[in-house]
Amino acid sequence: MLFKRLGYSDRIMIVVIYVFLILLSFTALYPFWNTLVVSLNEGLDTAKGGVTFWPRIFTFSNYATVFDDDQILNAFMITILRTIIGTISAIFMTALLAYGMSKSYLMGRKFFTIFFIVTMYFGGGLIPTFLLIKSLGLMNNFLVFIIPGLISVWNMIIFRTFFKSLPVGLEESAQIDGCSNWGVFLKIILPLSGPVIATLGLFTAIAHWNDWFAPTIYITNQDLMPVQTVLRRLLNANLFNQASGSGNVNSLTLETLGQKSLTAKSIISATIMVVSLPIIAVYPFVQKYFVKGVMVGSLKE
Amino acid sequence: MSEVTAKEHYSSIPPERRLVNEKSFFQRLWKQMDIQLMVWPGVVLIFIFAYIPMYGVLTGFMDYDIFTGANIFENPWVGFKHFESFFNAPQFWTIMRNTIVISLLKLLIGFPAPIILALMLNEVRHRGFKRVIQSITYLPYFMSWVIVGSIVMSLLSTENGSINILLKGIGAIDESINFLSIRDYFWAILVSTNVWKDIGFNSIIFMAAIAGVNPSLYEASEIDGASRFKQMYLITIPTIMPIIIIFMILAMGSLLSAGFEDILILAQNPSLRPVSDVIDTYVYRAGLQNQRYDYGVAVGLFRAVVSVTLLTIANFLARRTGNSLW
Repeated sequence: MLFKRLGYSDRIMIVVIYVFLILLSFTALYPFWNTLVVSLNEGLDTAKGGVTFWPRIFTFSNYATVFDDDQILNAFMITILRTIIGTISAIFMTALLAYGMSKSYLMGRKFFTIFFIVTMYFGGGLIPTFLLIKSLGLMNNFLVFIIPGLISVWNMIIFRTFFKSLPVGLEESAQIDGCSNWGVFLKIILPLSGPVIATLGLFTAIAHWNDWFAPTIYITNQDLMPVQTVLRRLLNANLFNQASGSGNVNSLTLETLGQKSLTAKSIISATIMVVSLPIIAVYPFVQKYFVKGVMVGSLKE
Repeated sequence: MSEVTAKEHYSSIPPERRLVNEKSFFQRLWKQMDIQLMVWPGVVLIFIFAYIPMYGVLTGFMDYDIFTGANIFENPWVGFKHFESFFNAPQFWTIMRNTIVISLLKLLIGFPAPIILALMLNEVRHRGFKRVIQSITYLPYFMSWVIVGSIVMSLLSTENGSINILLKGIGAIDESINFLSIRDYFWAILVSTNVWKDIGFNSIIFMAAIAGVNPSLYEASEIDGASRFKQMYLITIPTIMPIIIIFMILAMGSLLSAGFEDILILAQNPSLRPVSDVIDTYVYRAGLQNQRYDYGVAVGLFRAVVSVTLLTIANFLARRTGNSLW
C-alpha cells in the first residue's frame, strides 16, 4: 500500500525517510523520557549508572524532596504569578495599543508607526537596559518581570493587522447604539479576537515561563527567584560539587543538595520534570495555534 | 420623526460642502482623545524601555562611574578608548574567531536541517504518522535553555549519562568521558543541541511554503514519469527557493549573534572559555558581571554596528535577487 505505483529508487528513498524520521523522533523524545526515568529512580541507585529506558528502583522520593523544598515551591509561585499577571497585562496593553493604531484617523499615526518599528531593528543592548532598570528602582522588584515586557511591537503589528480585517460595520453599529471607542474595544473587539489572543497569549506565557536570564541579572533576593533561575543555580551548584567535592554554598536549596550530593542528579531530574510539565500540558493547545502564529508573523514580512 | 438638532444636521453635511472652516488641530486632537489615550501608554513604555537604553549607548564613549546618577553626562568623554582596549585585548581574536565560527557552523548545519526535514515530511503520505512526527519534533523548541541544557548535561554526564552508557556498550570507549569539559567537543555539542531544539519548529515555515506548491505541477510530472525524487528537486525545491533565500539572507545578517543563552548554559565550565567566549557572552561577563559597564557597552555597540552593516549588505544582495526585506 505504501509502495503503490512507486519505482525501485523511490521505494528506497521512502524507506530511508521513514527510518530517518523515526530516529529523529526518538532523539527528540528520549532525553525527556530518560529524565523522567531518572527522576523516578532511587538516587543512590542512579549513581551506579545504567538507568536508561526504565526505572530500576521505582520511587517518588525525589519528587517529595522537590516539593519539600520551600525555596523551590516559592520559586514556582513566583513563576506562576509572573506568567499569569505578565501575560494578561501584556496582551491587554498590546491589544489596546494596536486598536488605537488601527484607526486610520489617529493623529500622528505615521509617526507612531515609525517610532515602534525602529525598536524592532535597534536596541540599546544588555548593559544600557540593565542601567535603566537599576535607575528605575526595578531591581529586586516583582514588577521587573511585568512592566518592561508590557508592549511587544511584533504582537502589536499582528493584532493591528487582525483588527483591520474585522468588518467596519460591527463598530459602526455599536457606535450608533451609543458605544464609545473604549466600549467598542472592550465589548466587541476583544471578544471577537479569541484566536489571536490565544495564539499570542500562549507564546507570551511560554516566554514568561521560560525566562531565566532576566532574573539572574535583576534579582538577587532569593524570595523573588522564578523556578527556571533556581533550577539553573541548582545545576551550577551540582557542577561545583562535582568539581570540588564540597557543598559549601550559601542557600537553602543548595544546602539540601550539598547534603545529598549523591542524589543531586535525581533531584535535578525531578525538578526538570516539574518545570517542563506545564509546557507539555499546554502543548496540545499551543500546537493547534502556533502554526497559525508563525504564519501570521511571516505574512507581515 | 424626532427633531433634528443643529449639530446633527451639521455633521450630516459632507466636509467639503460645509461653510464653517475645519476645526483647529487641538480641537481635532481633543475630539479623538479617547483613541489617543489608548496609544499613549504604549508610546511611553516603548520610549522608556527601548529608546532610553539607546541613548545609554553613549556611555560607551565615556568613563562611566558606577555611582553616577540619572544624568550620564556627568561622566567624562573618552572617545574610542574602550573600543581600542577591546581591539587590543588579548581575547579579542579568540572572541571574534569563536563568534564567527560558531555562527557559521550554526548557519551551515542549522539552516539546511529544517529544510531537509520539511522535504522529508512532504514525502510522507501517511497523515497520522506525519502529524505524530511533527508534534514530537516541535516539542524541544518550547523548552527553556535551562531545561534543554540540564537535559543535555544529564545525557552527557559521567554519572549515568546515556551517551557514555551507549558508547561503553558498543565498546567505543572504556572510561566515561566528561564531554562538557573538553574543548574539542564543545562546538559539536553546542551546534547539535541547537539543531535538536529548533529543527522541528523551523521546518514549519518551509512546510507551509511546500504546501503552497501548485499540485498540478506534480500531476503533470507524474504523467511524464518523473520519480518522487525528481519531483522533489525539480519542482519542490525550486518553488520554495525564494523563501529559502530570504531566510538565508536574514541569517547572514546575524553573523555576529553566535548565541547567548545556549552558550551561557552549556559552557559553565570556565576551562571552555577559549572556545566558548563570543561577543555577547563577553559583554555579559566583562561588562555586567565585572561591572565595567562603559567597556561592555562599547563592545556591544561594536557588535551592533557590524550587525546592522551586515544586514544592510545582505538586504542589498536580496534586492538584487528580488526578495528584499524592506
